[in-house]
Amino acid sequence: MTGGGLDLRRFARPLGGGVHLTVWVVLALLVLFGTLRYENFASAYNVSSFLGYNAMFVLISVGMCLVIMTGGIDLSVGSVVALGSVVAALLSPQGLAVALPAGVATGLAVGAVNAALIVGLGLPPFMATLAAMLAAKGLALILADSGTVPVDWASDFTGLGMNTVAGLLPWTILIAAAVVLVAWAVLERTSMGRTILAVGGNAEAAHLMGLKTARALVFVYVFSGACAGLAGVFLASGYGAGQPLEGAGWELAAIAAVVVGGTLLTGGMGSVPATVAGALLFGLVFNLLNFENGRGTISLSANWQSVIRGAFLLVVILLQVRLARPGGRA
Amino acid sequence: MTAAGLSAPGAPRRRRADRRLLGLAAALAALLVLNVAVTPNFLNLQTLAVNASQVATIAIVALGMTLVIASGGIDLSVGAVMAVAGALAPLIFLSPWGVANPGPGLAASVAVPLLVAAACGVFNGALVAFLGVQPIIATLILFISGRGIAQVLTNGNLQTFTNPDFTWLGTGRVLGLPVQGWIALALTLVIALVVRRTIYGRQLLAMGGNARAAALAGVPVARVTIATYTLAATLAGLAGLIVVAQNSASDAARIGQLMELDAIAAAVVGGAALTGGRAPVLGTLLGAVFIQLVGYTLIANGVPDEATLIVTAGIIVAAVRLQDGRRRG
Amino acid sequence: MTGIDKAFGGVPALRGASLRVLPGEVHAIVGQNGAGKSTLIKILTGVHRRDAGTVLWQGGSIEPKSPREAQAAGIATIYQELTLVPQRSVTENIVLGYEPRTRLGLIDWRAAEARTRAVLARFGIDIDIRRPLGRYPTAIQQLVAIGRAASMEAKLLIMDEPTSSLDEREVEVLFGVIRALRAEGTAILYVSHFLDELFEVCDGVTIMRDGRTVGESRIAATTRLDLIAAMLGRDADEIRAAGRTELSVGRAATGAVFLDAANLSAGGRLRDVSLQVRAGEIVGLAGLLGSGRTEAARAIFGLDRLSGGTIAVDGTPRRIDTPRAAIAAGMAFLTEDRKVEGIVPDLSVRENLTLALLPRLTRMGVVDEGRERRIVEGFIRSLGIKAADMDQPIRELSGGNQQKVLLGRWLATEPRLLILDEPTRGVDVGAKLEIQAIIARHVEKGCAVLLISSEFEELIEGAHGIVVLQEGRSVRRLSNPGVTEPMLIAAIAAAPGAGGA
Repeated sequence: MTGGGLDLRRFARPLGGGVHLTVWVVLALLVLFGTLRYENFASAYNVSSFLGYNAMFVLISVGMCLVIMTGGIDLSVGSVVALGSVVAALLSPQGLAVALPAGVATGLAVGAVNAALIVGLGLPPFMATLAAMLAAKGLALILADSGTVPVDWASDFTGLGMNTVAGLLPWTILIAAAVVLVAWAVLERTSMGRTILAVGGNAEAAHLMGLKTARALVFVYVFSGACAGLAGVFLASGYGAGQPLEGAGWELAAIAAVVVGGTLLTGGMGSVPATVAGALLFGLVFNLLNFENGRGTISLSANWQSVIRGAFLLVVILLQVRLARPGGRA
Repeated sequence: MTAAGLSAPGAPRRRRADRRLLGLAAALAALLVLNVAVTPNFLNLQTLAVNASQVATIAIVALGMTLVIASGGIDLSVGAVMAVAGALAPLIFLSPWGVANPGPGLAASVAVPLLVAAACGVFNGALVAFLGVQPIIATLILFISGRGIAQVLTNGNLQTFTNPDFTWLGTGRVLGLPVQGWIALALTLVIALVVRRTIYGRQLLAMGGNARAAALAGVPVARVTIATYTLAATLAGLAGLIVVAQNSASDAARIGQLMELDAIAAAVVGGAALTGGRAPVLGTLLGAVFIQLVGYTLIANGVPDEATLIVTAGIIVAAVRLQDGRRRG
Repeated sequence: MTGIDKAFGGVPALRGASLRVLPGEVHAIVGQNGAGKSTLIKILTGVHRRDAGTVLWQGGSIEPKSPREAQAAGIATIYQELTLVPQRSVTENIVLGYEPRTRLGLIDWRAAEARTRAVLARFGIDIDIRRPLGRYPTAIQQLVAIGRAASMEAKLLIMDEPTSSLDEREVEVLFGVIRALRAEGTAILYVSHFLDELFEVCDGVTIMRDGRTVGESRIAATTRLDLIAAMLGRDADEIRAAGRTELSVGRAATGAVFLDAANLSAGGRLRDVSLQVRAGEIVGLAGLLGSGRTEAARAIFGLDRLSGGTIAVDGTPRRIDTPRAAIAAGMAFLTEDRKVEGIVPDLSVRENLTLALLPRLTRMGVVDEGRERRIVEGFIRSLGIKAADMDQPIRELSGGNQQKVLLGRWLATEPRLLILDEPTRGVDVGAKLEIQAIIARHVEKGCAVLLISSEFEELIEGAHGIVVLQEGRSVRRLSNPGVTEPMLIAAIAAAPGAGGA
């Protein structure tokens, strides 16, 4: 039963297993396509700027992935990114050592509020995080005095967003990768990680099995908030300003990445690596479109990009519906 | 024992809903009184008109959202549908054909966007009803791409125009109050009647309240679902037309931004339960007015714009909590 | 456990219930639906808190406030509803919450998988333990659940209907495991409606009825019929008095055959059921829990897809694949669980009652409220529905009245076949008699009725014929007049294969 096709499956499991493998394949194919077709695609500049930018999306997607695995949702992510960026920018004169933890802590705090509303008061995650989204946005605007907050270029703050290691790997993606690794390890190797999945699969069973479900739920929302806060720090550092109005719609981009990565909204299953692949995939589609535009063969304005994103999501959903049928039910 | 009270139509049934509505109306009244006392120039027609025109679009979209929520779903695409509809209208009456035939052109510039909006609704509804896709994901597709589609249609350009016949929709006054306000009121009435008196309304509430029982009783669940999303999208399309008319400009990037949030908030404050089964139409209208008024009160009294967001958030939390309490009690 | 009381929202579920289990004993609890078995167990396992009484465990009093506490105390449970996580792998479901750790404190999956394989080996199962549990048939899932509980080295293992989806070979394997556990000194609390099993593997039995413990005995000292009799309360006077029903067989049914169902099979529970119902006839479906009665009704009404068999209505074969098709064919189905599949809680009595009738009440999309009210008034009167007014939310009504409204929903469609699944369950005695009288009236007017009931009096006194189901198959048809309760009980309890068709 466990024999036959063994190698491939062993390989697939850490990457997320069967369905999720598809995302990686598609990602690889697109990378190949880009390298062959566009001159500068594989250049250090493109790679590093791509990774540096998408580090933010990878972060929020991973946070969202964990929340969705519990069967919940976090709509506040976009606003928390904005809020984090503002807080970090405001504290940038103090340097990275202060601004970064501050941004993360802000996100963590919002996550804690979400957790309190959802676990403590029993509010549905949709409504609770919706309220948090509005409140965080308002807070961001207030702190930023309704404008953008320029960072202090004199401090080392912008080093985070602008610098790379070996000219190829921006610090942002390295930090994001570390966070992803931690999330993955927690999920796969700790009791709480398994509880996260169990809660999403069958919350009542998880409770009857004696699992610490409340703790798992609090963790995912706090973690998601912290990831978003960190992404906000990246935003401020990379673009030189805290932006209270940025991040609108980012939560939905994160959800899309999670869905593309094969995680079901109903919870109980999913893959962190595949979610990362999903986030990168969406970013890659954009990157490729930019290049195609540059070639002049087609003229795809920025507007088409969101249409294509949407179409992409539709295709993925249709595929998932197809795939979900033979599985699932006994 | 059973004969008594049978002739009183509807009154005792609404006990619980009434209490909630009464509470909301009371809060609204208190807010009005507060404003009369504290806000300068509150009672003049101009202020009223400004508020009315702002509320109207939210209310119209919120009516559709209430129906979707009553069916047990959610519609994130309303803002994008507004953008699409708002982009189409000027394209039509500014086109060569539209300029040459102003009469039919105007009619088409209202009808076609509404039809396209309805098609978006059918799309959403079909995904939910036939493919079993969760509403939040199904409507996410248009949320992501709808605005892009609108921008593609307009090439990302802001369209400005002067077309008094069209802009009447957004700027005209009837009896001193804006046209869109009257439209919102009329739609509230119509939809309230639809929910209360038609077979569709009954089946919608049954489906949202207990989908299994409804299916068992022969309710055509798929049909009702699609109809609901179509209705919501059409209303959003109408709201889009009004916004464009109001501004004499169509900015595909801006129309309907965050509208889904406002609509959901209005519906929830008005008493809709996210689990479905309740469509408090009048409550939705009051909810929209309430949120608008809170915002206005704060702004007019010097509180920064951003703070209103936080206050709205608080209102939503409170509304959901109250609702939960009512359900369990 | 002694003197246990528990009420939910004012409705008592347990009244002075008690239970004694000795170490190393396999002890059974029996009782009909609603007798209180599950509630008693949930108190023991920390899911519910008792209102009164004491629970002594290993000499000391305990009051577990959560499942985790009960498990820590050494009580492991396998619940009736599958309480595992289908999306997660088999391995996880076995070790969840008790994962083996490496030295770093992280989960050691290799050890987890080894443990899982060992646990499953006891049941002779060799499957891919990495696949999601939900992909396996219910029988495997059940065995995994049992394996999980058995591997927790508990002192008391509670099994609630563990064999409901197992075949004979798997049941034997389970019994082997139970005997092995008993030999190790583990006590086992065994809940099952398959009485044969109790006699095979249990040492003692407690009988519950209506929230009370009505008997306790060594298995060797009792018989199957004794148990059933105690479960049903045959000897209690009050039951006998209320046991007279309003259903009574008048003249023999002479109507044409309305429904002819042959060899129906669907899912796992329905294997081979055939029955016929004539106009003006009541056909009863009898059998123990899990015998496939509800499944047969659901298949006939188009709720479940048939994997085999045919349905003919009025002599013509019909494809009934949705409730709408069934309703169009003249059928109506009053389901067993009114909360889950019956009432729409926020809607009024009136709206609930006319739900299935709406298409006929509508003209041009608008519901004719005048007609609606007249019809509802009529039913409120004829069914004796006690409500403040027809616009009262249905959830405020008592269970019996809710049931009447649902009955009215279906009677309003003027069906030719009325399928009733436990129509008087959870209904007070007065309402019960009224409902039975209403059904009888409709039958006299020519309606065909398929009646599923666990109340033997209803079937014996009212049905023209009773089809007995066992494990998804129709095995006998008893014809009235002439059926007695001992006959019926014997037919139901007879070992499969005995007692011809």
